[in-house]
Amino acid sequence: MIAEIGLASLWLAAALAVLQMLSGALALRASNGERSSLAVYARPAAVVQAGLATLAFLMLLYAFAITDLSIKLVASHSHSLKPFLYKLTGTWGNHEGSMLLWVAVLALSGGLLAAAEKRLPERTMHATLAVQGFVALGFYAFLLLSSNPFERLPVPAAEGVGLNPLLQDIGLALHPPTLYIGYVGLSVAFSLAMGALITRQVTPEFARVMRPWVLGAWVFLTLGITAGSYWAYYELGWGGWWFWDPVENASLMPWLAATALLHSVSVLAARDALRTWTIMLGVLAFSMSMLGTFLVRSGVLTSVHAFAVDPERGTFILILLALYIGGALTIFAFRASSVAEGKRFAATSREGALVFNNVMLSAILAIVLLGTLYPLLTEAFDVRVSVGPPYFNPVGAIFAIPMFLVMAVGPLLRWKSDKPDRIKQELAIIGAILVSITVLVAVLGTYGLLPVLGLALAAALAVAAFLPLRGRKLSRVPTAVWGMVLAHFGVAVALFGMASESAFTQEKLAAMSAGDSTSVGEWSITLDSVDPVAGPNWTALEARVSASRGGEPMRLSPQARNFWAPSQATSEAALLTRWDGQLYAVIGDTAGETADGTQRWQIRVWWKPFVTFIWYGGLLIGLGGVLAIIGRVRSDMRRRIATRLGDARRAELEQLEAAKTAENA
Amino acid sequence: MSGSVPMKAKHQRMALVIVALIAIVAAGLIATWALRNQANYFYLPEQIAAEPPAVGQAVRLGGMVQPGSLETEADGVTVAFVVTGNEASSVPVRYSGILPDLFVEGSGVVAEGSLQADGTFLATNLLAKHDENYVPKELEGLEGHRAADSVAETTVGLD
Amino acid sequence: MRLAYAIPLAIFLFILGLGGYMLSQPKDDAVPSAMISKPLPEFELPPATEGFAGASREDFVGGEPKLLNIWASWCLPCIAEAPQLEALKEEGVEIIGIAIRDKPEDVAQFLERHGNPYTRIGADEISSLMIEIGASGVPETYVIDGAGNIRYQHIGDIREEHIPLLLAKLGEAR
Repeated sequence: MIAEIGLASLWLAAALAVLQMLSGALALRASNGERSSLAVYARPAAVVQAGLATLAFLMLLYAFAITDLSIKLVASHSHSLKPFLYKLTGTWGNHEGSMLLWVAVLALSGGLLAAAEKRLPERTMHATLAVQGFVALGFYAFLLLSSNPFERLPVPAAEGVGLNPLLQDIGLALHPPTLYIGYVGLSVAFSLAMGALITRQVTPEFARVMRPWVLGAWVFLTLGITAGSYWAYYELGWGGWWFWDPVENASLMPWLAATALLHSVSVLAARDALRTWTIMLGVLAFSMSMLGTFLVRSGVLTSVHAFAVDPERGTFILILLALYIGGALTIFAFRASSVAEGKRFAATSREGALVFNNVMLSAILAIVLLGTLYPLLTEAFDVRVSVGPPYFNPVGAIFAIPMFLVMAVGPLLRWKSDKPDRIKQELAIIGAILVSITVLVAVLGTYGLLPVLGLALAAALAVAAFLPLRGRKLSRVPTAVWGMVLAHFGVAVALFGMASESAFTQEKLAAMSAGDSTSVGEWSITLDSVDPVAGPNWTALEARVSASRGGEPMRLSPQARNFWAPSQATSEAALLTRWDGQLYAVIGDTAGETADGTQRWQIRVWWKPFVTFIWYGGLLIGLGGVLAIIGRVRSDMRRRIATRLGDARRAELEQLEAAKTAENA
Repeated sequence: MSGSVPMKAKHQRMALVIVALIAIVAAGLIATWALRNQANYFYLPEQIAAEPPAVGQAVRLGGMVQPGSLETEADGVTVAFVVTGNEASSVPVRYSGILPDLFVEGSGVVAEGSLQADGTFLATNLLAKHDENYVPKELEGLEGHRAADSVAETTVGLD
Repeated sequence: MRLAYAIPLAIFLFILGLGGYMLSQPKDDAVPSAMISKPLPEFELPPATEGFAGASREDFVGGEPKLLNIWASWCLPCIAEAPQLEALKEEGVEIIGIAIRDKPEDVAQFLERHGNPYTRIGADEISSLMIEIGASGVPETYVIDGAGNIRYQHIGDIREEHIPLLLAKLGEAR
């Protein structure tokens, strides 16, 4: 029954999406003042749809929890002996389940928007709901027509086949859904942007409605990328935290667009400027998340991250992409010039700085996009190339460095128009830090240009992040401003981690036999022994390595594992985390024998100072986003209560007036 | 867009569009230029002999490890070997690092790295082929069957 | 000015076209061998398992064109192509197998389970022939004519629909 209930509610939800779309669209067609009789259905349709889609997802979750082997998806991706937690996370650890999670979150967001959002003009709301219904409908069609998660097996399987221990990893279980929620949040922002564009109501009020959705999506994307980067770092065993791999770029591109959108929506909310630019970014952010999904799922690009790919699904996603984004950009091409111009501002103003950085972010996005698509383009001409860090790092830096500089100064500027003279002191502080750190680092050692600039910028940004608080009473600083300060400081922290990793990492590759010692950085490393160990479905060689720098030696145990089902060799890096960095050890092959016949092993050790700051920075950025949401929602609530009180008061006064007039009459 | 006096609305919007366009086009041009220079190209030993890539340029070299040529140097981690192609041409390669599992004399190899001035190829990374990972679509379930066969082994210690 | 707003659409259509084109292309990681229409390299491989003869270049020279099938017992696609090889054998084609990085007992077990279409099986423990012949993976199948020249290379598993093509290529090589 579970599968049938799930499938039925999915079909019903799809039908409601049609209703929501039609009713929203018809309400729009009815000329101003006149009301379409269908219009009343849009909001309830969205709310009920949210319930149904959630029900469908819960049904699948339940099927996985009890391992219902008559359902094909469960039989092929789960196993009765799997740990319970991984049975649950297995629900979205596959294509069908993750798409169901996607539509459930999408429907929930739509329901929330329809139920709670009363600030927008009714026409804009209807246009938004129509677009939202259209987007949801595409995903329902995708799910029901090409990837039905509730398909039954003709004969229930005796046992499930999904027991790959490689996939039983908590990082892998949680990071894709985090990114998904971010993508869905961007789709709501997209619907709102299209609604506002269609009705030409691109107002600060609209921006205030859109802002929490963008912020929320951005927080989830930030956390998802941070978690994904750490997962790749400890799981792949290559000692790197970012490989510019297509799958990674697919999550970075929406984040870049969302970051730009986040700032531009703030300008629109605060100053009523950048109207069409905000709409454009709303479309761009969602198209990047769709494009990312397409690149990852269709298999047109090869990646180090294994993914089940399927050209048929790729075609479906491409068609959805064409419909959504092609449609949106066509409307944009026709409508954008008729959206009234926003408020003006000078180049030296906070808006000016934000615009500059918006453009820089878009340029970086273009660079990442081109680098990701370039292998596709050349493959069309039968030339195979691979694009890697030698392209992305320096070319990205051309735009990232000016961006960080403006980012340090921007928050100090006033809205609308400002004189650089006013913030002379702050500029001097930032400039002094930049120059002194650059000189200091360049004198102390020979490092690449980018790491040196990165360190200097990180230091300057870290200080500049707190400068907006100067001269303000800390207890009266709004929560949203704290959010900005924290997020900007997080960027500085992450940048510091990246630059340190690239400047100060020390690497040692040595052939050692048991008892040998070597050193990397200030650490001395001793190989105590190499022993065979066995796990549930693997055998491994485990090196026992002690590492010390003066104090007590600490133990690391890197392994070279051989799995037999499926047959695969992986290396399990061992990490030793200290406050000022991480020691990262990997064991390789045998390295022959020494003269007296003792076996030697290849041991590779990295000392990566402050590498953990990259992920601490990511967490700080996310936390800043959360604070900003809390601050914005709270002040919106307060404003709403204030208006309601004001309205009540006014009504009361009017009543009194009326009563008085009646008395007088 | 300069000066503290805001300019006329229509002009400002135009200016913004133009600034954005210039930046994006610049990004596109820089990217295209850099891509043409930086992309990794694939070379066979005979191609290296015929038209060698510039010294230091990152390329990939594919070929076969000549039997008898593999030598581990005294440090135990640097290996030197010769990569041969279909014809007589060969390229000496040096690599410091952990060798991939499938790497033996006489097997195929793809080396990432660059050509040095003395004609040796300094590899930064060696890639091995993963034939056994390739599974045609019709057989996707089969791997699962294998997993089911070995349930007894695979579940030990998992609960 | 109005035209500027259509620029994003134009860029998007370009990317869309590229994506569509790439999807319409068969996803093809296969690298064609540079050895096609060249003589088969010299080789001499020991038998892969008991009860078989090994394989060498001489086995291909003289007589009808033959198929050279590169396979392995650990290779899943090879199981998929076993019935097709059987069908080719029924058609009277002589197939000489080369087992890549395999163990005799695994080879025997594979043949027992999935049938034996081969007249000879050579054991290539270090993929040497595979590299020399320009194969990029397992399985691959080559049409070798009576003069010992490589005439055609089939990359990946042989499906039902490939049988007529291979027969035709064998006919051309005659």
